[in-house]
Amino acid sequence: MSARRLDRGGSDIDRSRPLEFAFDGQKVDGFHGDTIASALLASNIRIVARSFKHHRPRGVWGAGVEEPNALVDVADLGRLTPNVRATVAPARPGLVARSVNASPTARADRYAFLDRFARFIPAGFYYKTFLWPNWRSYENRIRAMAGLGRVDPASVAGGRADQINAHCDLLVVGAGPAGLAAALQAGSAGASTILVDDGARPGGSLRHRAGVIDGAAAIDWAEAAVAELKRQGVEYLPSTTAFGVYDHNLVGLAQRRGEARPDTLWRVRARHVIVAAGAIERPLPFANNDLPGIMSADAALIYLRRYGVIVGERIVVATNNDSAYEVADALAEAGAAVTVIDSRANGRAGKLASDVRFGRRLTSARGRQVVEGAMLNDGATIAADCILVSGGWTPTVHLFCQARGKLAWRDELAAFAPAGPTSLLSVAGAAAGAISLADTLASGAKAAREFCGGAAPIPVSAGRENTLRIDPIWSSAERTDRVWIDYQSDVTAKDVELAARENFVSVEHLKRYTTLGMATDQGKTSNIGGLALMAEITGRQIAEVGTTTYRPPYAPTSFASLAGLRGGALMSPLKRLPLEAAHRARGAVFREYGGWLRPAYYGGGPGEPQIQEEARQARRSAAIFDASTLGKIEVVGPQAAEFVDFIYYNAMSTLRPGRCRYGLMLSESGIVFDDGVLARLGEDRFLVSCSSSHVGAVHARLEEWRQDRFDRKRLFIHNATSHLATVTVSGPRAKALLSELALRIDLDDSALPHMAVCDGDFQGGEMRVARVSFTGDRSYEISVPADRAEDLWMQLIELGKRFEAAVIGVEALMILRAEKGYIGIGKDTDGATMPHDLGMAGPRERRLDEYVGRRSLFTEEATRADRRQLVGLSVSAGEPPLATGAHGVEAVGSKQRSIGYVTSSYMSPTLGFPIALGLIERGASRRGEAVDIRHLGEMRRATIGAPCAFDLGGTRLNA
Amino acid sequence: MQLFPCPFCGPRDETEFHYGGEAGNVRPEGANVSADFWANYLWFRANPTGPSREIWMHMTCGEFFVMTRDASTHVVADSSPNSGREP
Ligand SMILES: [Zn+2]
Repeated sequence: MSARRLDRGGSDIDRSRPLEFAFDGQKVDGFHGDTIASALLASNIRIVARSFKHHRPRGVWGAGVEEPNALVDVADLGRLTPNVRATVAPARPGLVARSVNASPTARADRYAFLDRFARFIPAGFYYKTFLWPNWRSYENRIRAMAGLGRVDPASVAGGRADQINAHCDLLVVGAGPAGLAAALQAGSAGASTILVDDGARPGGSLRHRAGVIDGAAAIDWAEAAVAELKRQGVEYLPSTTAFGVYDHNLVGLAQRRGEARPDTLWRVRARHVIVAAGAIERPLPFANNDLPGIMSADAALIYLRRYGVIVGERIVVATNNDSAYEVADALAEAGAAVTVIDSRANGRAGKLASDVRFGRRLTSARGRQVVEGAMLNDGATIAADCILVSGGWTPTVHLFCQARGKLAWRDELAAFAPAGPTSLLSVAGAAAGAISLADTLASGAKAAREFCGGAAPIPVSAGRENTLRIDPIWSSAERTDRVWIDYQSDVTAKDVELAARENFVSVEHLKRYTTLGMATDQGKTSNIGGLALMAEITGRQIAEVGTTTYRPPYAPTSFASLAGLRGGALMSPLKRLPLEAAHRARGAVFREYGGWLRPAYYGGGPGEPQIQEEARQARRSAAIFDASTLGKIEVVGPQAAEFVDFIYYNAMSTLRPGRCRYGLMLSESGIVFDDGVLARLGEDRFLVSCSSSHVGAVHARLEEWRQDRFDRKRLFIHNATSHLATVTVSGPRAKALLSELALRIDLDDSALPHMAVCDGDFQGGEMRVARVSFTGDRSYEISVPADRAEDLWMQLIELGKRFEAAVIGVEALMILRAEKGYIGIGKDTDGATMPHDLGMAGPRERRLDEYVGRRSLFTEEATRADRRQLVGLSVSAGEPPLATGAHGVEAVGSKQRSIGYVTSSYMSPTLGFPIALGLIERGASRRGEAVDIRHLGEMRRATIGAPCAFDLGGTRLNA
Repeated sequence: MQLFPCPFCGPRDETEFHYGGEAGNVRPEGANVSADFWANYLWFRANPTGPSREIWMHMTCGEFFVMTRDASTHVVADSSPNSGREP
């Protein structure tokens, strides 16, 4: 047990700035520049998490984004972030980290006993076992134990995430040797370039792998390259992960800024993308290969050179390729006793490693909680406190594959690599399969040059060049449940074998059956091992087995970043009335109606008594209400009359100027799309009034038809909804009230009859009055520019006091219109309602010209006798209103069948009994019949009648 | 997110656009449109895998236009103003 911080070294840490944080309740020391993982290793904390399924102790495996094991929940900056990779998250003073999936701590986890039952919990165990009586009866308990990390609902990010939109000629992903060479080339060519890297410091592998570039040490060259790029105007974004490539080269970036706010989301539209994301080292299969102390060889070199941490004293390096020798040499030089176990017969001797054994493999790791030794296939055992493994390298092709790039299997890499660039995205460096530093630098420069030219010389590297010479190992001697393939999802060689035996041999099935490659790491270390093992078991080539689909995000991305400002009230912003402040001053209770925030009723309180009183008073004397949400779309031009005839179900061109007509708009399938009043303001000028929630859709539809079949120079459409505010005065005393207001219009019924419109003057500005009624009473809709609305409103309210006028909200208005049988679109109609279902068969029978939806009104479906038709529904006096949504039912044998439903239902204060509207099969011909109405198991009786329940003769319109 | 070229405003994010159907879906009119013919106009689409001529509306400027786009690769080959009565 002896990982420790060396006295010197560590390019990324600042030893002059020590810090302290907590892990599982334990104090941990570190330096500024440490990750949580490097500080834990420096403190020799080996068990950092418990595995997902079996609660096995797990240690740090890697040093980057691919980390499968070291997940922690981090409380820092005032919020709790679950499932943070300790290998990426910076150690910060005062931070509190907790291992995931462990209780109370990773070291002393109470579910550790589960591992003893591991062989009873194979892949698919849950699906097969918890079937009786049904999965749901087990789900809650299982889910409580499953999953990683904890979400704290009380934890709220300090502010909303920034979202930045950007565009550039070239986006380079990765600031390692290939990415830097590409960016330098693009910068020299003058291309606008953004360079991103998920590390805090530039260089990628140059920060820990030895090399000399253009005469400088690799790491110094990297720092100098970034300085040069900044001078050229290249935007360099460190600590930023490119997590997804979307259509047409939109790339999502998550930028970590170390602030209380969530990560900043960048949406970068790049003409070209170069992915230089490197490669990820793979594990090797042997028994107990998941014990803490077993880690990626490359990661050990990172901890040594970047953080000054040596991961063990007696180290076994197990490899099947050349890349681990630099690690072995460096650790030996740093003072560790190193034994290299090379599975190849002809490996390459290390310089300093004391003991190299060729042609040997590890069969198992020994140790209970952490590594204590290694067993070889020749029977030898070696005492060790750390086993470093290098099973080869997997190019990071995720972004390339998201962009629909195609992969090819490369034997010399024992991995899939890009077969070639796409038209918008190319891959360079280790991600493209380059091995030597010279090739890596050249491939980056070349990729940029192909896109944008550039004359910068390709950086020249010197010194020993990397080789790989991999001889892959995909399976251990025995495929037992102790040989881990996927650390994070606890998938073993035995699980893969079971999947093969049960014929889940397709990689996509393998993934879903075993969970191989799922969870936060998405199998970055395990996918290739898993599918190669499947290939071996099923006797296929690896290329034949293929890979699963790569989907964004490459690394976990916070919802808060993606949401940005779109949260809370801004999630789906409501439209607001110009008179909102005036309504609030009157104590309005607001609700959302079709995307608008409108007064439901006034005066607070429980609602129902106030609503009933508002509706009663409206009938008794007068009502004043805000009708500003009604759509107001102007149709202007010589073709306007022809246009409205085509748009409306009702013939409209016969309308005289100064008059209004109610009409329906249909969809081409004959379904009622909207209703409202059309006013003809002049020969060539109409005003379309449409439902509040439908303005955008109606406007778009009018534009579509205008542009599709009319002369766009002779027809114009203008949406004036937000320009005007409308206040309606309704009721028997409406005219008397209005006559007190100086509007300079003739209110006499001969000059302004029902369904007429005229222009007037309000305070020297424009004003329009329409005698249109949604209440059934004499009504005046008064429209003024929105900035005059408050004056109009206040004057009407003041006058209204003398006439005992009620200020009413939407709820009372709904009662008034339902008493009259006036429909609300989408409430009293549904996706099957045609105009003749609403009792408006006239135009269907009479009109011979074309209009939207006409032909659909004569289909077999449209002429069925059993269509659902609008009816009124009444119940006996003294009964409560029917439930809206309750179904009309009729018996079919022993069962019941729906014959329609209640669409609107209210208590009418004026009538003194409940009223309701409904869509009922054959309703129009069933007036007087009683129907059964069923709601939540309760049965009631209702009588079918006409939709209109109040003032059948319509005399109140002129009263 | 796709990038669509509005003939009037230039390239914009697809969220600014509304799909208006396949181009060339001519509205049958007159007294004797058969039910089949009408149903074909309303509901039946070629939905090709590959290049397809589509009607789109740019919601921010209100213009409808014709775009040739590969429904499989999402490559946009061309966009042009809607001439009005074009089939
Ligand atoms: Zn546009």
